[in-house]
Amino acid sequence: MNTLTSAPTLQVNEEGYLKNYQDWNRDWATEIAHQYNISLTPKHWDVLNWLRAKQAEGTALSIRKVGNSGIVDIKEFYALFPGGPLKISSRIAGIPKPASCI
Amino acid sequence: MVHLKYPAELQAYPNQPVVFKKNLIVMKDMMEAPAVLETPVQLKKEKYPVKKVLIICSKGKLEDVYAALVMTNGALMEGMEAKMFFTFFGLEAITKKHANHLHTGTTGNPAMMPGVPDMIKGLPGLETLASYMMKREMDKLEIPSVTEFLEIIEASGGEIYACKLAVEMFHLKKEDLVPEVKGIITVGDMYALAEGEGTQIIFI
Repeated sequence: MNTLTSAPTLQVNEEGYLKNYQDWNRDWATEIAHQYNISLTPKHWDVLNWLRAKQAEGTALSIRKVGNSGIVDIKEFYALFPGGPLKISSRIAGIPKPASCI
Repeated sequence: MVHLKYPAELQAYPNQPVVFKKNLIVMKDMMEAPAVLETPVQLKKEKYPVKKVLIICSKGKLEDVYAALVMTNGALMEGMEAKMFFTFFGLEAITKKHANHLHTGTTGNPAMMPGVPDMIKGLPGLETLASYMMKREMDKLEIPSVTEFLEIIEASGGEIYACKLAVEMFHLKKEDLVPEVKGIITVGDMYALAEGEGTQIIFI
């Protein structure tokens, strides 16, 4: 697997969010997660896949929705992606920056 | 009169107006004389991000309480530390009995139903109706109830405190408050919560 070469080839916006969410791949996600000192565990992947599924549905995301997802509760979500979980997880999941206030 | 000597460096700029004051020679418009400064000093612009917020909620109106809750939760979402301190009528928002039954005020607020006189806005039932309508709009936006919001804030690592003086004044006990309340503290303890660089205190 070309873990190191996949990341720079994808187009991101000025804040580092993936421009086209279909470009996303697991190597890229792993690379971005490393920037936040996160090693992705199966639990992380569950959250990321859920976020991507919601994005595909066109649902606007919020912390509350993640908490009600049945995959993680809010406490776990903060523990998995410390320092701004919704923003960080969205970036790793290759979906646009969340525009939610709640 | 002070004896004046025309300094050599000013002779280079004979058109610059000069003001003499006691024995000091002051160039008028010193700040504007670009010939004096060769290159403008570029100050390095440093950023001092907000790292922590302490949000004091002293009001019990629906909109004020939600302002406090949204800002606290928003800070946590951005990765900041956040603490809440409820005092006086703000305590209504953390009592088991009233937390989910807060009202918005209809009188004394010209922005609420503009053009309608306060006497009409004060008619019985109008406040209940306005509060109901506001809550219905909030439900549409999937804004959580007060108690759920407090749960979210606690789960996100936020801390919730009640003011000791106000708790005593309203004859409340710890068991009257929602379980998310971490403690009933003094004003001194409250300031201690705000310790650290990059903290902002917000009063509502």
